[in-house]
Formats: sequence, structure tokens, C-alpha cells
Amino acid sequence: MITKRIIPCLDVKDGRVVKGVNFLGLADVSSPVKLAKFYSDSGADELVFYDITASAEGRALFTDILTEVASTIFVPLTVGGGINTVEDFDRVLKCGADKVSVNSGAIRNPKLIEEAAKKYGNQCVVISADVKRVDGVFRVFAKGGRENTGMEAIEWIKKAVDLGAGEVVVNSIDTDGVKKGFDLEMLDAVLNAVNVPVIASGGAGSIQDFTDLFKTLPTIDAGLAASVFHFGEIEIKALKEELKNNNITVRL
Amino acid sequence: MIALIDYGVGNLFSLKSSLRAVGADVVVTSDPDTIKACDKIILPGVGAFGDAAEKLRVTGLDKVIRDEVKSGKKIFGICLGMQLLFEKSFEYGEHEGLGLLKGSVVPMEGKIPSELKIPHIGWNALITKKEHPIFKYVKNGDHVYFVHSYYAEGCDESLLATAEYGNELTAAVALKNVSGTQFHPEKSGDVGLSILRAFAEWED
Repeated sequence: MITKRIIPCLDVKDGRVVKGVNFLGLADVSSPVKLAKFYSDSGADELVFYDITASAEGRALFTDILTEVASTIFVPLTVGGGINTVEDFDRVLKCGADKVSVNSGAIRNPKLIEEAAKKYGNQCVVISADVKRVDGVFRVFAKGGRENTGMEAIEWIKKAVDLGAGEVVVNSIDTDGVKKGFDLEMLDAVLNAVNVPVIASGGAGSIQDFTDLFKTLPTIDAGLAASVFHFGEIEIKALKEELKNNNITVRL
Repeated sequence: MIALIDYGVGNLFSLKSSLRAVGADVVVTSDPDTIKACDKIILPGVGAFGDAAEKLRVTGLDKVIRDEVKSGKKIFGICLGMQLLFEKSFEYGEHEGLGLLKGSVVPMEGKIPSELKIPHIGWNALITKKEHPIFKYVKNGDHVYFVHSYYAEGCDESLLATAEYGNELTAAVALKNVSGTQFHPEKSGDVGLSILRAFAEWED
């Protein structure tokens, strides 16, 4: 049977890995290439790189790093951040990315999902949504969680999947950085709405949080986290062993 | 020397890098003379079967590959490249493959329980069916990375391994000098690299 995936996420700015807490207050952690190798050796099933650079220089630096990572690490790589056009897909796929994650770019231009899916296949297109409760309604936020789009999140995710997104990353702004567990309620709503793989993001603070995620939501495909891995609070090997002890199928 | 066939289908970056990582001697080529001069062939591929088969036909590479393999050259197909080794595929119509192995490629839809997601994407465990030089380092239960919506069936003769996903799906095939994997060895960590190494090392 297919395994549940554990995915460390590396936010890269100007060639370095950073992690935002509630998206603000960035703290430098380590070299992307070293960290990627470390995670791959520890049993990470996949790696996600988000390019949070704003400048053209930073973008070029990012693709250099991506090329280096993809030349030395042989697990699936997803790239996101600054993906606004099909040319952006092309740019990162040529550097060795396997999947490309779209967020604000797809909110501005939903056709991007359709065009990219047609050209590279649905499996290549990941819709990443930053979601926050506003007056009890799940709303999609853009620009790294700073701007309320006013769109209802479940409707948006369904639309993105209909347009050709082959995978969904749900990042709960409400639980992100809080480290008290994934947003099970929000994730459940998404799982009920789509039939493509769903990746949980935002809120992991302990191994127990991952166990709860996969036990409570048996159809969730993967758990993604950043700082708890970067700061060594959770070791991927220990995490996967604990999941296995709880009868959750993992790759050891 | 291994000829990694470049026929404009998919991105060869990771495959090239992984072959370099295992120290394989590789040339990326679409030139018939170069392919003939190499002692092994890797046939990659992602995308739709019909398009890829058409590209092989238009470039004449289908005949070159078929002739070389029939004269005993070792070939390893990856993902769509493995599917192309079979007689035909039913992906969007009916398309002819290289016919190097018995069997055909069919949609997963209808063959697996409807609650399972398609494509079959992620890490799954190999159920090995026999021994073969390309699986020299592989153990039953090893995990490898899959991304596909179609699979090969009717290939008992060449079946090397399956993976359980609502049904036992063909994961790897090998018969004499013809071999291939549905999964991506270049994305399957150390297990994947060990398969590429075994292919590079494979002697009669």
C-alpha cells in the first residue's frame, strides 16, 4: 500500500533557508543543499522548496541552488514561490523540479493551472492554499498570507482541482507556527471536497501531532512542516518509526 | 556506454544526474549511429503514450531500438519508457508500442476501487516476483516512487515486481535483455539508484 509522506519544507530567500513564524519574523537556519541532503538521508519522502525572494538576483540564486539540490538528491522535489506563468514552470522544471506549486499566481490567473496541467500533466501542478478562518468562514489568503482574497477556500480548492491541479497543499494560517497540531477540521473539509492527494501544512509541534493527523484523517496523504524539522525538535527517522508503531504505513 | 534516448519526451535532468551519481557511462542521444555504438539503452518518457510512440516513429528511433534490442542489446525503460516496450496501449485510443514484451497498457480506472486516488502517486512497496540482474540489490518490500494512471497487464512472462494499490499493479518487468520499471528509479532514493547501478553493471 502507498505510504504516508513526510515532507520538510524549505523556505529559501537569497540562497538561504528561512522559516517564518506566522509568516513574519524570518530566522536564518541553514544551507539549502546541506539541509536537503540531511533530510533525504533521514528519510524525508519528498522536499518542498519555496522561493520567497523578491529580486531577480535572488531568483537566479534560487535556480542555481535548485539545480545543485536536484543533482545530488534523488527524491521528488516540489518548487513554489514566484510561479506566475507557464515560463516559470519551465524555468524550475529544467532545474530538476518534479512538481510546481502555485498560490498567488493562480489566484490572479486561474488559467495558469489549466495551461500548466495541459503542458506538463496534472501530477506536476500543485495548488497551495493559505487558508484562515474569517468570521467562521474559511478564506483564501494571498501574498504569503497577508492579503484576504475574500474567496471561500473549499470552493477555490475545488475549482483549482477541476482546472487540473493534481495535488493540494492546505496551509492553515490559524495553526501555522502555533505548534499545537494540524488544522484537522479544515483538512477534513478539503478531503471531503476533492479526490486528489492532500498535504497537511501548518501546526506540527510534536510527533503526536503527525500521529493524530494520520489517525484522525486516514485519507490524508502527507504531513508537511518546516521549523520543527529545521530546529531538530522532530527527527524524521523517529517520527516515521513512531508512525509505524501506530500502524500507519510509512517508508522506513 | 549507455545510450539515454532523447526524443523530446520529458525532462532528462534527474535521470542524467542519478546515472552520473552511480558512475554510469552515459551519452544522451537521438542519433542512430551513437545508439548502435552503445552497448545498452535507456528509454525514458513521461506524458501520453500516443505522443511518445508517434515521436519514436517519426524519428525512426522505433526501428533502431527494436533492431538493436532484438539483436541482444540490453534496454531499460522507465515509466512511459517501460510502457512503450509493450505491444500496445489503451491510453486515449489504441496505440502500438515497440512490441518487445508481451502485454498491453491499460487505465487503472475501473481496475482499482473507486475510492483510491488516480494517479497512483507516492512511495509504494515492491512485491518481487523473480530474480533479475537489474534487481540485484533490491529486496522484497523496498519502497519506490510512482506517478502513473496506466499500467501494464498481460505481462506474466516478464513480470519482475508489482505494487499493491487496490490491485497488484505491474511495477517492474524483465525478460532476458529487456527490462523496465513503472516507477521512477531516479526519484526513488537509494533503492532507485541501486537499480540504475545494477543496470549499468549488468553483464551476461
